[in-house]
Amino acid sequence: MTQANKITGAEIVIKALIDQGVDTVFGYPGGAILPIYDELFQQKKIKHILVRHEQAATHAAEGYARSTGKIGVVFVTSGPGATNSVTGLTDALMDSVPIVVISGQVPTFMIGNDAFQEADTVGITRPCTKHNWLVKDTNKLAETIHKAFEVAGTGRPGPVLVDVPKDVQFASGCYTKKNEIKKNFIKKDPSIDLNMLDEAISRLELAERPIIYSGGGVINSGRSAVNSLRNLVAGTNFPITSTLMGLGCYPASGKNWLGMLGMHGTYEANMSMHDCDFMLCIGARFDDRITGRIDAFSPNSYKVHLDIDPSSINKNITVDAPLIGDVSQILSVLLARWKERGSKVNEKKLSAWWKSINNWKGVQSLGYENSSSVIKPQYAVQRLEELTKSYNRFVSTEVGQHQMWAAQFMGFEEPNRWMTSGGLGTMGYGFPASIGIQIAHPTSLVINVAGEASWLMNMQELGTAVQYQLPVKQFILNNERLGMVRQWQELLHGERYSHSWSDALPDFVKLAEAYGIKGIRCEDPAMLDDNIREMIDYPGPVLFDCLVEKHENCFPMIPSGKAHNEMILGEQTEENSISDDGAVLV
Amino acid sequence: MSLKLKKGVNKQSAYNLRDPNLDYEAAHTLSIIVDNESGVLARVIGLFSGRGYNIDSLTVAEVDPDGQRSRITIVTTGTPKVINQIKAQLNRMVPVHEVIDLTIKGKAVQRELAIFKVVANGNQRVESLRLADVFRAKVVDSTLKSFTFELTGTSDKIDAFAELMAPLGLKEMARTGIVALLRGDNSS
Repeated sequence: MTQANKITGAEIVIKALIDQGVDTVFGYPGGAILPIYDELFQQKKIKHILVRHEQAATHAAEGYARSTGKIGVVFVTSGPGATNSVTGLTDALMDSVPIVVISGQVPTFMIGNDAFQEADTVGITRPCTKHNWLVKDTNKLAETIHKAFEVAGTGRPGPVLVDVPKDVQFASGCYTKKNEIKKNFIKKDPSIDLNMLDEAISRLELAERPIIYSGGGVINSGRSAVNSLRNLVAGTNFPITSTLMGLGCYPASGKNWLGMLGMHGTYEANMSMHDCDFMLCIGARFDDRITGRIDAFSPNSYKVHLDIDPSSINKNITVDAPLIGDVSQILSVLLARWKERGSKVNEKKLSAWWKSINNWKGVQSLGYENSSSVIKPQYAVQRLEELTKSYNRFVSTEVGQHQMWAAQFMGFEEPNRWMTSGGLGTMGYGFPASIGIQIAHPTSLVINVAGEASWLMNMQELGTAVQYQLPVKQFILNNERLGMVRQWQELLHGERYSHSWSDALPDFVKLAEAYGIKGIRCEDPAMLDDNIREMIDYPGPVLFDCLVEKHENCFPMIPSGKAHNEMILGEQTEENSISDDGAVLV
Repeated sequence: MSLKLKKGVNKQSAYNLRDPNLDYEAAHTLSIIVDNESGVLARVIGLFSGRGYNIDSLTVAEVDPDGQRSRITIVTTGTPKVINQIKAQLNRMVPVHEVIDLTIKGKAVQRELAIFKVVANGNQRVESLRLADVFRAKVVDSTLKSFTFELTGTSDKIDAFAELMAPLGLKEMARTGIVALLRGDNSS
């Protein structure tokens, strides 16, 4: 290769991203990544969104990735820039979101020297990425970036980080094209175990009390997985529930939909999980928020588990038929073989099963006592759902009670419309995520259902929303409390509300006005609909301060250490108090 | 435990069929082929510490300079469920190419090398040399007051030798941890 063919490391970074089809980067510049920002300045293909904190860049990239199915890209500088991205990386790892973080690093000859803004970035991010790289040779930079995209996007998706020292950005090197790299580092999907699959199908055909338990893996697997899942439900008439991450893979208006399962899932979903005799888990991982007490989890069922990650199999719950591979592939083979065998189900028993399920539905576990004087948070979410569901809508949330209410009361007809921090439970996720979503879908209605405490954790992103004129709607259920913490303290810690109130809250309307955006305050249930409409119709960003009942608890609830059939349904039925053993669980 | 099983339940449950031996912890020797790149050992060790798995012994060295591959041999203890988790988690890592469970895969040769420094006079000195001969330990260094022995063998053998040397003036020892390969003509 002649000198003429060589370009600088910074040029290589930009070229590689364009080669990968990247059109948007979220980031924040700093000393160690300046050469890359200089290149960014001199091109037009990649749009850069300047966030106000690196954590927000990672969450925005997550929102972008989850709402589009593409890979989110982030630029941060060395040291504090990189350490600020750690929460977002961990969040993306837990929720299997593909993002690529490119971090600046001090020059190679300064590494280990305690240089200014130096941190051991690959060391710090090793356990919170799928893989990470420190690139010490400009000639390997392009190859590494292409590898990073492959690793992030294939198999079970996840975050990766490429650490690029400043001298490597300045030095010249050869560019390797995307299609020129060897892919021997990618783990091959194992072939489907057809014997196991046939055994599972014969169980499916005989199942008396079946349930389909779907998760985020269906959404990650893509549209064909979602279609296959819907065909399977339609063909079998099996009831289906989903984890928090999987909402939207089956339409909430579908007749077989039982609502979300788990700690704050519906009574019918959890009772069906407990009493079923055949469980088909598709792209979910038996998380502790789902299972409740492990040794009492669905004790009499034959369990089939479809997952692309072998480490998810038998991790929490021992299953009878593990099927490892891409959900869309397994589901299409499963459907084909089941049809070949005559599309049989145990119809007679199935209708009896639906009868029990409909009885459980009759409990109306999401019921609450409404009020005409104060806005109940459930009512606020219900009205928001009613007034926005006809729109081309995307919803993100923060973490806490409002998140659970949004999951309970909002209906998602399609995948990639619901972005929430599930595994890590990151307060402060929703606002930056809504920014990433709006960037990807400029004309859609993007709403962040928030609690005031979570929202304040990344409130600096108001600047980003204003700078790029992103009409994100921040719908804050303001109870002046850390609602979920308060709820646990009430139920578990003798009503000692240790530091769970939000003191010294800002005037959210004035805060909005300080940034030149619209603020709306609503505290009257009678005004709620009008105010929500006003929020929707306003063409720019809106900060909606919805003052709600301060002491509302989120029900139903499976207390820690309890089984699915031991739910607390509401304030009146708390005979099922939490045991000492349960109290130590989170 | 109150499972509250209802009448007429289907007894085909995973719990009822559980193998009662499943909870027995056992030592497994894992042979892991990895890319010999910077940080790879930290990744593997970080997985063990981060997820609370045991490491009883660990060795690592490059074994294929052309392919830039290293072999990490780890002895770990856990229930079958945990061992399966460890293998699945290791297999997920990008620089990990192969994880071979030598304890399950077949008979394996497992060896450790240790060096012992024994400082003694008179009978004790003679006795240490005699025992070293019994164990086929080699003398690799000596002064008028000391012997340094090199011993290769199973961990049991090295433990036994260390125990014998303790009263005879064992000052210090160093051991490598286990390296292992499958027996027979199959490569693992």
